[in-house]
Amino acid sequence: MSIDPASRAGYLEHPPRMGFFTDTSICIGCKACEVACKEWNAVPEDGIELTGMSYDNTVGLGASTWRHVAFIEQPVTGVADAAEGFRWLMASDVCKHCTESACLDVCPTGALFRTEFGTVVVQDDVCNGCGYCVGACPFGVIARREDDGGAHKCTLCYDRLGAGMEPACAKACPTESIQFGPLDELRERAALRVQDLRAAGQDHAQLYLDDPDDGIGGGGAFFLLLDEPEVYGLPPDPVVTTRDLPSIWKHVGLAAAGLVATGIALGLGRRPR
Amino acid sequence: MTPEPEGRGADWTEERRRSDEGRRRHKGGPAARGRRAELMVPDVEFTSYYGRPVIKEPAWGVPDIAGYLFLGGLAGVSSVLAAGAQVSGYGELARVSKVAALGAISLSAVALVHDLGRPERFANMLRVFKPSSPMSVGSWLLSAYGPLAGAAAVCDLTGILPAAGTAATVGAGLLGPGIATYTAALLCDTAVPGWHEGHREMPYLFAGSASCAAAGLGLLTLPPEAARPARTLATLGAPAELAAKRLLLRRLGDIAEPYETGRPGRLLRAAELLTVGGLAGAVLGRRNRAVSALAGASLLAASALTRFGVFEAGMVTARDPKYTIVPQRRRRDLRGIN
Repeated sequence: MSIDPASRAGYLEHPPRMGFFTDTSICIGCKACEVACKEWNAVPEDGIELTGMSYDNTVGLGASTWRHVAFIEQPVTGVADAAEGFRWLMASDVCKHCTESACLDVCPTGALFRTEFGTVVVQDDVCNGCGYCVGACPFGVIARREDDGGAHKCTLCYDRLGAGMEPACAKACPTESIQFGPLDELRERAALRVQDLRAAGQDHAQLYLDDPDDGIGGGGAFFLLLDEPEVYGLPPDPVVTTRDLPSIWKHVGLAAAGLVATGIALGLGRRPR
Repeated sequence: MTPEPEGRGADWTEERRRSDEGRRRHKGGPAARGRRAELMVPDVEFTSYYGRPVIKEPAWGVPDIAGYLFLGGLAGVSSVLAAGAQVSGYGELARVSKVAALGAISLSAVALVHDLGRPERFANMLRVFKPSSPMSVGSWLLSAYGPLAGAAAVCDLTGILPAAGTAATVGAGLLGPGIATYTAALLCDTAVPGWHEGHREMPYLFAGSASCAAAGLGLLTLPPEAARPARTLATLGAPAELAAKRLLLRRLGDIAEPYETGRPGRLLRAAELLTVGGLAGAVLGRRNRAVSALAGASLLAASALTRFGVFEAGMVTARDPKYTIVPQRRRRDLRGIN
């Protein structure tokens, strides 16, 4: 069952849910998405160093990295595009803009909110830097910035969307590995693409977070991967932590009730004279 | 890209992990190689991206938030103990517990505000009420409980407004259990495997640990005959804590590893010894001031160590990708996806 997050958030009339389909099979690792994102969103520099992780010196998503290109040099045999027993995997990672979004659920200030496009955005002028979203995200996307103390992540270029433009990363992507559009259309296109790749012998080609019935209700950003998610640093079976919240509150309630009962029992005693 | 030998043996081997090896290699001690290994699924192979964590470590600090887990528990159950002691005629214990509750919750507030990235915006915590956020629920609880705990202590110490003081004592005693246990929801409602997967047991562990802290403070500060309700509380809280911890570790399975090894493992082992010792001392020393006080100090220390241990164990499971990837991979394989 597909949930429309913007309707659920209370928008009576809203545009279709917009998202990203990142087809990693045609990513060439140019990092134009990383640069365009930094430029457009004025995201500060967050470390320039060589990591030894192939061509990846960005390391991972964070408060000041909203697009991250992963590089995997993989020894393989018998895969269609393998040359000399080796292949490149490159993938541009981004906030998933989950249908069931843990960061949004746990945010105590309301700084994180659902936009009319179904995306999830931090209001920097409300965030008090409590850090709850950081540990709640099943993908390690959002983080607190050292210098300003606030939590930051991809906005899916909320400002550009409002002006009818596509996000900076998708605009800059030279191979259309990053595709932007109404989520329904992207899902249809992705289903065809993965079929083609499998027919061409890419046995591990798979869609990731395209399924509205998965642990996060499907991603507003989803991916076509050529290997298992964990190869790219993605969790293989993410589940939004707040799915267990009824159970969590139930046990907290029972434990608290036990303490109340203990207090009453203590009060029933009488001090010996 | 050779498979890297792991300190713990074959149980958590990993391919393609290259970075960070020096730091993590020594982590599995003899206990990890021996007893734990039998509980684990042998030869779990998993892949990660250069050994990088999948999730982010929570942005919470060790002295601030781990300390708050302890202080909040101490405050909450001290209010329960104060109300019980007042009704049953243990006025000194009631007073000590009210003062403890006020002191602990005041320090808690300082720690919580200090831990914010933008402390000057602490009031934004009360901008909305969200049951989906344990931190929001906790903020509202604290803002109701804090003044009640304060009024209970001030009225008791000064003797003014006795009726209001009684009402505040009862109110704090009713909200205190929420303060002592909601912190379990705070930790467990995250993507941190070592906390989240234990959400069915953590609240009872925290309730037991908080009971030990409040009981310990009463035993430490008062002669045994004046602290009988505290002793009773210890005999209820300590076994509950020990049992909940056992159940928690059983539930966590492989993810329990950091609870039993390394620094958090040492903290939790020390906590367990102090809890058992404190319980024994509280019961056996009920006619000996020194033994009783020592038992109280043990229980207090045990509670603090338990909270720091749980906090740090969870952090380890956030930092090391295997705790995220292996259980999820297993779940996915069981469902037959790919």
